[in-house]
Amino acid sequence: MSKTLFDKIWDAHVVKSLPGGRDVIYIDRHLIHEVTSPQAFAGVEARGIDIFRKEKIVATADHNVPTRDQHLPIREAMSRKQVQTLVDNCAAHDIPLYGLGHPYQGIVHVIGPELGITRPGMTIVCGDSHTSTHGAFGSIAFGIGTSQVEQVMASQCLILDRPKTMRITVDGELSPGSSSKDIILYIISKLTAAGGTGYFVEYAGSAIRALSMEARMTICNMSIEMGARGGLIAPDQVTIDYIRGKKFAPQGAELEAAEQYWLSLYSDDMAVFDVEHHFHTDDIAPMITYGTNPGMGMAVTDNIPSHSDTKALDYMGFEAEESLLGKRIEHVFIGSCTNSRIEDLRAVAQMVQGKRKASHVSVMVVPGSKQVEAQAKAEGLDTIFREAGFDFREPGCSACLGMNEDKIPQGEYCVSTSNRNFEGRQGPGARTLLASPITAAAAALAGHIVDVRTVIKA
Amino acid sequence: MKPLVHISSSAVPMPIENVDTDQIIPARFLKAITRDGFGDNLFRDWRYDRGGEPKQDFVLNNPIYAGEILVAGKNFGCGSSREHAAWALGDYGFRVIISSFFADIFKGNALNNGLLPITVSDQALHTIFQAIEADPSQELKVNLPEQKLSCGEEEWSFDIDGYKKQCLLNGHDDIDFLLSIKDDIIAFEQEQVIY
Ligand code: SF4
Repeated sequence: MSKTLFDKIWDAHVVKSLPGGRDVIYIDRHLIHEVTSPQAFAGVEARGIDIFRKEKIVATADHNVPTRDQHLPIREAMSRKQVQTLVDNCAAHDIPLYGLGHPYQGIVHVIGPELGITRPGMTIVCGDSHTSTHGAFGSIAFGIGTSQVEQVMASQCLILDRPKTMRITVDGELSPGSSSKDIILYIISKLTAAGGTGYFVEYAGSAIRALSMEARMTICNMSIEMGARGGLIAPDQVTIDYIRGKKFAPQGAELEAAEQYWLSLYSDDMAVFDVEHHFHTDDIAPMITYGTNPGMGMAVTDNIPSHSDTKALDYMGFEAEESLLGKRIEHVFIGSCTNSRIEDLRAVAQMVQGKRKASHVSVMVVPGSKQVEAQAKAEGLDTIFREAGFDFREPGCSACLGMNEDKIPQGEYCVSTSNRNFEGRQGPGARTLLASPITAAAAALAGHIVDVRTVIKA
Repeated sequence: MKPLVHISSSAVPMPIENVDTDQIIPARFLKAITRDGFGDNLFRDWRYDRGGEPKQDFVLNNPIYAGEILVAGKNFGCGSSREHAAWALGDYGFRVIISSFFADIFKGNALNNGLLPITVSDQALHTIFQAIEADPSQELKVNLPEQKLSCGEEEWSFDIDGYKKQCLLNGHDDIDFLLSIKDDIIAFEQEQVIY
């Protein structure tokens, strides 16, 4: 029978099907971090049981860590305690922790791929909704709540209902100035913030195939922003080339066997999806969001749609039908699990090299991991950033969610490469405009929103 | 988990769409390492001003509305997977949330914490909002064994996964079940090849 990529992986992980339709699904990798794990550890301990397969867990500290002076004790008492609790729990249960100070530390969705922990055909979970990022490798990866973190700790399994499948095909070639971030912001603007609810999405088409692994991760990362359970892309040579040589990737004969298996993971020609959507890159320009959910996005040269939600526009201080070009902004945040990888930093550096940010704008560049940070320094990107007046920080989630001190002040505008523009996401009253790294960089230079294509040409 | 069978209560109306988990519990309150006490910061930035004073125009600060049931606009619980959102709603005292659409992860988190999400049609949601507006003390009745929700004369059936229904009725959770099938899990592992 013809199967979708999703079906092939799901079916290979069914431990048991329950009456009523739910499946017990085996989980291959469990990533944990400081914010959504403490109550799960406490729960397991309260039940008096052991962690079932501790070797399948990898931990890091990312959500609640400072992005300056990480070698010093965390100043804020509750954050310090939360991070310390992770350290204590990992030590007590013998779980590898890439915590502060470790050369592998970083945002959980950045380190999994770069360490070769994320691989095709796996089931991967983490107590964080952007776990969908790992789907770029052709894995079933999705975010879970803390009760489920506890379930996986207790049994390495989850009881799940099988999602419906959706395929989104994007064909064509991206034009200069547009990136994978623009593809996904465009898709969400068309399908809305709830358009993917209940579905697992496969991305396909020539535009997706042409993307690097890092660019594919940006797409899968934001699947959750249209409500989808997750997103995935069939593995191909690009995937294999990326994985080869990574720290924990298979090697030698094992790698050869693995590659053969990975290349068998694709949707069969006759496979049927519950829903299909088709888009073309000709319609995709550099995007920006104007509202308070990621579905409220438009081409940067468009005007805000006339029927837009007034609560959102009031919050943002915008009016329907106005253009955002020329709007003054105060902050630029380049970071988060959506766009903090080395290719993102290179693209930004290339754009700002030898230039200087507008004087009224503060710019933070937060690398996704220690390895990204080290690579950026090795390539001299840190110097380019410094000379441009950008603040190059240490890795963490930072202003993506404003849990640490990296917050955008009340009422001020921030062009952000992250994934959520909800009210208060980057700090109480903060106004977030989501965009690609180069659109954000162009805004940092100009001090206002610009069409990055005009900067590239100039 | 506390079993949930029948609930009769007045309800708190929140006719706002796309209420995301960052509104339900902002990230800066996620630093705790236990499950308790999140109710104090439920809807923090809608509920209190920057000085910590209650905002009079927010429904949770309006004494005429109270109860164990929250009625909310479409796509409730979208955004982050933080289970703290479900804990905050439960800790505040809600046991049932009614909406015409729930975000996936939130729905699962709610069910895992003894909080019942009931999906009704847009029309039914509208009727309920109107009934509460006409009479804030309007009682809603939830009958989980029969999967019925009623408001005055009106009654609707609602869907719930059979397994999850049993969990709620008995106050059991998934771990109890998963631990009972450990032999199956070990047998699966012995067959599986992971690359
Ligand atoms: S960077 Fe932002 S979206 Fe990504 S894991 Fe951290 S908080 Fe979540």
